[in-house]
Amino acid sequence: MKQTIVRNVNELPTYGFGSQTGPWWGAMAFIALEGMGFAVAIAAYLYLYAVNSKWPLNSPPPDLWPGTLETAVYVLSAIPNQFTNRWARRFDLRGVRIGLVIMSLIGLALLVIRGFEFAHLNTRWDLDAYGSAVWFVLALHTTHLATDVGDTLVLTVLMFTRHATPRRFSDVTDNVFYWNFVVIAWLPLYVLLDWAPRL
Amino acid sequence: MVVWLRSCLAVAATCLLTSCSGRQSAFNAQAAQSEEIKRILLIFIAVSTVVWAAVMLALLLGLIQRKRPRDQPLDPHDVFERRAGSAILVAGIATTITVLALSVVSYGAQRTVFANDPAAVTVKVIGHQWWWEVQYQADSPHLSFTTANEIRVPVGQPVTAELESADVIHSFWVPSLTGKMDLVTGQQNTVQFTAKSPGVYRGQCAEFCGAQHAHMAFTVTALPPDEYRRWRDHQNQSAPSPSDPLSIRGEQLFRGRGCGLCHTIRGTLAGGQLGPDLTHIASRETIAAGTLPRNSGNLAAWIADPQHIKPGNLMPKMSLRSDELIAILHYLEQLQ
Amino acid sequence: MSDLARDAARHLRDNQLEQSELAALLLRIWHTPSGWLGSLTSVDHKVIGKRYILTAFAFLILGGLLAVLMRLQLAGAERKLLSPDLYNQVFTMHGSTMMFLFAVPVMEAFAVYFVPLMVGTRNIAFPRLNAFSYWIFLFGGCFLWIAFLFNVGPDVGWFAYVPLSSLQYNPGKRADVWAQMITFTEVAALAVAVEIVVTVFKQRAVGMTLDRIPVFVWAMLVTSFLVLLAMPSIMVASTTLILDRLVNTHFYDTASGGNVLLWQHLFWFFGHPEVYIIFIPGTGMVSMIIATFAGRPVVGYTIIVLSLIATGFLSFGLWVHHMFVTGLPQLGASMFTASSMLIAVPSGLQIFCWLATLWDGRPVYRTPLLFVLGFFAIFVLGGLSGVMVASVPIDMQVHDTYFVVAHFHYVLIGGAVFPLVGAVYYWFPKITGRMLNETLGRWNFWLAFIGFNVAFFPMHILGLMGMPRRVYTYTPELGWDHLNFLSSAGALVFAASFALLIANVVLSLNRGERAGDNPWDASTLEWATSSPPPPYNFSRIPLVTHRDPLWAEGVNLPVVAGLSVERREVLLSSIADAEPHTREASPEPSIWPLLTAIATTTFFVGSIFTPWAAVWGTPPIAIALIGWFWPTGSKEDEE
Repeated sequence: MKQTIVRNVNELPTYGFGSQTGPWWGAMAFIALEGMGFAVAIAAYLYLYAVNSKWPLNSPPPDLWPGTLETAVYVLSAIPNQFTNRWARRFDLRGVRIGLVIMSLIGLALLVIRGFEFAHLNTRWDLDAYGSAVWFVLALHTTHLATDVGDTLVLTVLMFTRHATPRRFSDVTDNVFYWNFVVIAWLPLYVLLDWAPRL
Repeated sequence: MVVWLRSCLAVAATCLLTSCSGRQSAFNAQAAQSEEIKRILLIFIAVSTVVWAAVMLALLLGLIQRKRPRDQPLDPHDVFERRAGSAILVAGIATTITVLALSVVSYGAQRTVFANDPAAVTVKVIGHQWWWEVQYQADSPHLSFTTANEIRVPVGQPVTAELESADVIHSFWVPSLTGKMDLVTGQQNTVQFTAKSPGVYRGQCAEFCGAQHAHMAFTVTALPPDEYRRWRDHQNQSAPSPSDPLSIRGEQLFRGRGCGLCHTIRGTLAGGQLGPDLTHIASRETIAAGTLPRNSGNLAAWIADPQHIKPGNLMPKMSLRSDELIAILHYLEQLQ
Repeated sequence: MSDLARDAARHLRDNQLEQSELAALLLRIWHTPSGWLGSLTSVDHKVIGKRYILTAFAFLILGGLLAVLMRLQLAGAERKLLSPDLYNQVFTMHGSTMMFLFAVPVMEAFAVYFVPLMVGTRNIAFPRLNAFSYWIFLFGGCFLWIAFLFNVGPDVGWFAYVPLSSLQYNPGKRADVWAQMITFTEVAALAVAVEIVVTVFKQRAVGMTLDRIPVFVWAMLVTSFLVLLAMPSIMVASTTLILDRLVNTHFYDTASGGNVLLWQHLFWFFGHPEVYIIFIPGTGMVSMIIATFAGRPVVGYTIIVLSLIATGFLSFGLWVHHMFVTGLPQLGASMFTASSMLIAVPSGLQIFCWLATLWDGRPVYRTPLLFVLGFFAIFVLGGLSGVMVASVPIDMQVHDTYFVVAHFHYVLIGGAVFPLVGAVYYWFPKITGRMLNETLGRWNFWLAFIGFNVAFFPMHILGLMGMPRRVYTYTPELGWDHLNFLSSAGALVFAASFALLIANVVLSLNRGERAGDNPWDASTLEWATSSPPPPYNFSRIPLVTHRDPLWAEGVNLPVVAGLSVERREVLLSSIADAEPHTREASPEPSIWPLLTAIATTTFFVGSIFTPWAAVWGTPPIAIALIGWFWPTGSKEDEE
């Protein structure tokens, strides 16, 4: 077909932030499907809870301190996370480097605490259906935690190399966004795993 | 298209007629519950036929009617658009009303089918891969007994089947009596039916349950009440002791070859629980859950090599000599 | 390259170039590297879309051959063609192949190919994820079929109900193969769903507002959301099944607090939307074909789009109707009767819109339209038998019988495969530049239509006569053999129609009549570019002023200029009104998606044998992913 140029997009920028970018919407879509995964896992846990007259079945509830400590760290991590976001949007390389290093350390610390949490669940995955459900839900969240920590570490390395381009700052804000999801997903799981068996 | 339609309808009509007389047909309704289902099934079929014909007619008329010429795909036909809009709206509302009405009809039938009469006769049916254990339980244990694959019930009385599974999920289904209900591992379901006339009604497992799902049939025989009572009294008795030498040898072989580890014959030491109770095997119509008619030839073939007839079933090949086979067969055949 | 040179290059834009010069420059940056190694790195949505379509059709042929085997076995009573063990593998493989390796992937494949063209962009969003998705789909499908050839094919049904699929009743690896195949195909499907959502949200041509999106694109958008929200459920299900089998968890072990109906809830919460994941794209195809061959826009665009969305929502409220005979509370079950019947309303509305379109248009009876007319006759019947099975009492009789087999083949083949074959005839000229042969096409249609009905209509009656599903044989005194024979004969005719389709494709590929850009005089943007489209799709991005741009604009397409000709760029626009706001870089070809897929496959296959695969299988995936995302210093990254 013949073409008539009726408009010129010469002046448009080559990157954006947040909902202006494709990756942000990709992250949204992944969050939707992973959020659904958590919802289904929670539903499965509650279904098993509902069909059994006793819950937990054959073990005491998990020890409270690792989950509670983790929850506190998650909630507090929102602060450096938001600062990283602000710095990235201002292309403040120094700030972003500091923010990413802090977030990497927090992520690694959470992985360690998560190890303690597994150790203090007071049940095993092969003990009974309760143990299976608890381990499954916690492991599902751990994969998200580990993935984001890995992503944060790679971004941190990138920001200390010559690849620290404007596009990378947009990637940092996407990482910030995904971390918020990991934190928000944890809160109902904390209630489910640590408090539901105590009802 | 028209030709196809007509021939299709003709085939459908003949088939519907034949299906009424089928041995395992939903249209051969012989109980209060299956009659109710058949009634609404016919309503649904009638409504569906009318709706389908109406849509096809609308399509056909739309295709054959003469069209106003149009220069451009986008030329507006304002009058048509308006009329089409209201027609679609009306048809949408009609669809909604139809499905809601059918939901109400369905719910009414559902209440009838699931109406629970507490005074019912109770039979416990336990599904196994691939046969049916049938327990008749009474208040005193010596009036309770177990049989397999052939259920007998009194005519005219509500019967509750309590359904459980010993292994995987099965489904209890006798189309002439009522719809199916699953035998779900770890829970008990019930289904109730009231046979209206005496007869033998075939059923079959309807939930895929492994290699021999196809060979997991059973029958429900509805008997007049006094005949039913006589049958129960008979079944309740232990097996008669073997009297002639051949069946005595058969009984010894039955024990010696370990048959009793899986099968129970009440009144003897054979008390196994893995296979069907054989106390009154010779009074049954079929063997191996409806796989074969019970006669000497089939029973012998089964004992000789059950894996050939129903591959994958739990019963191993016994490698018996022919004289041993004859003795066991003779013993089993006098377990009336 | 020095900063200065890079700066200059960045300023070279398409508005400064003549058409031929522009095409040459675009070809240079958008083409797929040559050679077989180069072809493995392709991220072109058309290349991947074609591979996806061909692979899915290959699985259709395999699944169809299994169906023929089953029909031969059941053609008479007590036939001994297949052993019970093999028959159970065959019907499981048939269902799993058709659902997971054909129906869902083929619809997504058409979307991968056509959605970017229809919305007027140069590549799909996340092209490397798209490549990865294809490889995972291919490897997962091959994994299932290789296992089957080695007699480790799953034999527990495509639904794999526990406890039949538990380790106790299914020792060996057959059920694991099934569960892991699910993981493969779901990863592939989810990836495409994400790409479609982002492509439709962000990459629509300037001016393609929400009410100008082609209906097929709407259908694929709704489908993608269904995939995103339904498939996690089956992922949880298949993962927990593998865990039960591999590391001794107790999700489905009733002796340790587990529950077998939990499996059915998880499976059908996915499994019912799955039907609409297959059927909604089919309706999208119907809308496109009807508009083109009736020669007017489809009547009731808004009603159709809202119906698609309503169907998507309702599809999550029906799953319990697959479980009516598991002993659920009666009142709850009857609620699901009502919701299951109500989904007939949006489907009905769409049908009324199409009928109105045909009333007002002047139908051109080419093969695509024939398949759509066949769709009406078959799908409406399937929808009505669907209303029947939604009723609890009727379902008690027909559940798990051949009535249901007839019902869902009427829905899925009528609702999805007939439109799909119509779509093959419709879009083949765009993909290859050649028309399919019309005479063969008509034969193809009539064989398919007659064969299908002869094969599947008798199954309704067989079901009412008491024939259960999934039986490898039946005894003669049940009186089922005549209808089964008729059905088998029909199945052979139906199979022949696909042989004819393949023959037509093979013949027309080289000798077919040349198609121009727009052989059907259709209205949507995929017809605005050449057939087959160049690697960059459009030399300039179209500017859309109407829902049917090619009918509205005549021969002169308004376009947007200003994109780079020095690097791959796509135009991002706002969600609602499609105002452009960013010229975003689009990824270059890369081998990493393939390497990641190989690493992932190793992980998936390894983990059905040992849980330690989760330990040694993860680092290669992580390394491959870092390779995938690591900046290469090329223009696309450094902008």
